[in-house]
Amino acid sequence: MAEEVREFWRWPESHWANPDIDWKQGKIITSGVDVGSVSTQAVIMVDGELYAFSSTRTGSDSPDSALKGLSIALEGTSMTADNIDYCIGTGYGRVNVPMAQQTITEIACHARGANFVYGSAVRTVMDMGGQDCKAIRCDERGKVIKFMMNDKCAAGTGRGMEVFADLIGVPVWEIGPRSFQVEKEPPMISSTCVVFAKSEVVGLLEEGEPENDIIAAYCAAMAHRIVELLNRLGVEKEFAITGGIAKNEGVVKRLEKEIDVKTMEKVWHNPEYNSRNYPFDTQIIGALGAALFAMALLERGRVKSARKA
Amino acid sequence: MLVAGIDVGGKNVHIVLMKDGTMLEKGAAPTGIKKAEAVEQLYDKVLRQAGLKREDVEHVVATGSSGRRVTFAQGVIPEAAADARAVVRLIPSARTIIDVGAEEGRAIKINSEGRVLDFAINEKCAAGTGTFVDTMARALEITVEEMAKASLQSTQSIPMNAQCAVFGESEVVSLIHAKTPKHDIARAVHDAIAGRIGSVARIVGLEKDVVMIGGVAKNTGFVESLKRELATDVLIPDEPDFVGALGAAVAAETGVIEEKVETRVVERQDYEESSN
Repeated sequence: MAEEVREFWRWPESHWANPDIDWKQGKIITSGVDVGSVSTQAVIMVDGELYAFSSTRTGSDSPDSALKGLSIALEGTSMTADNIDYCIGTGYGRVNVPMAQQTITEIACHARGANFVYGSAVRTVMDMGGQDCKAIRCDERGKVIKFMMNDKCAAGTGRGMEVFADLIGVPVWEIGPRSFQVEKEPPMISSTCVVFAKSEVVGLLEEGEPENDIIAAYCAAMAHRIVELLNRLGVEKEFAITGGIAKNEGVVKRLEKEIDVKTMEKVWHNPEYNSRNYPFDTQIIGALGAALFAMALLERGRVKSARKA
Repeated sequence: MLVAGIDVGGKNVHIVLMKDGTMLEKGAAPTGIKKAEAVEQLYDKVLRQAGLKREDVEHVVATGSSGRRVTFAQGVIPEAAADARAVVRLIPSARTIIDVGAEEGRAIKINSEGRVLDFAINEKCAAGTGTFVDTMARALEITVEEMAKASLQSTQSIPMNAQCAVFGESEVVSLIHAKTPKHDIARAVHDAIAGRIGSVARIVGLEKDVVMIGGVAKNTGFVESLKRELATDVLIPDEPDFVGALGAAVAAETGVIEEKVETRVVERQDYEESSN
């Protein structure tokens, strides 16, 4: 029997379809596909309302990942890709989304998506992604005013967290909760570079430092790294977070503490979405923004429907 | 006079015993986690090889990123000062030293007496260090030595997009999947580090002769990339990884046990943010 290989970086994939919408009654069906370096999200909207989404891991082939993402989002529904009027690709791999009619940068999509998800009060969006980190300032319509980005260094990105989870042998989703199981907050990992931080962590493990303390020390270092970027842009309230790392409370709570600003509660701005228990997922916000752009373009007659069936 | 120079680096400890200006014995061992222990063990081993005892050694000077771990040393000097002293002895015409170790890359401008005139270092980021080479060799599933040789056979230059070692690893894996010849990937890796080191070197300014030392100087493939990057010849002394320890021994001999060097620390090399 083959030995089970545990991969601690592996976060769970998900998909959801809205039981309250009959898509056949809808006029405009749009989709947004966000192919990131680590994860791919596909969102489908019917007349500007969330209909279905999926969040999956990006494989070695971007077009395949985009196609797989969309088909998983459509799983369990009677809709097919041919029923979609317009699709916009976004993210790092946006040029490799075969079914997209157009691409828009993930910066614009995250701002637009955050505006829909968190409401028009959002002025600063921090997108904490798999391979980069962006601090975005936007207006009340979700239009980007300016932004700062780190896409050159793995410190402060989801990839850095995955490397750490693998090294310490703790699943990524347990990192946040375990980082609070410490007697007192330890000093943060001093190395910024993920590679050097790894050696530092190995040293701490050898010295017999408790695992949870090391986890807390790493979360604090990661939060600090993101704060450095955020401070260059300046944080204006309301402050909302998107992306995979937004799910890691160990990083988010320490980040909030360091800048002394709370992030917006991770609930839908639309009260109906909350009362109907629509799942809230910070990772789908970019794809959602793309689907909203598609909707706006069609409504204003700027593009034509590409619907096949 | 019998003296010892001990260089405790990020990856290895190097020890040199020197008698009346001539190297008597030397040794190297991995630094490991328990650095002080590694130093003690290697020191005794090197002394044993020379048929000597600790009492026979008049002065001990340490250097390296963990030089302070050498509890029995009379003094600790900065790596740049150690490098400068040793290099000017080995290659008197040297004016610029490029020292690339496991966890840092530094450029030192020196005068004919081996004094440090200017000094820049990257120690915050693994890109541009020996660790970057090790990581990529692992991704290629070859040894660093094999990678050095392979890179010399490369005929085409492929630019690497990733600057970060973590992202670089994924990029190397994609290049392998894309069936890029290993020797071309090896060269791409060396070119990438050379680029990073080049930018550190340009901070102090390049003055001939340029000498490269440190463990990475043994990587012939990298040295070729660095020559191309700097558009100048690069001289390598014998045993370039022992230069730091030798410099500490030279300092011990001349009675220097403390020295300060002004440093220009390169903060993650100004590539941090971009906007479009």
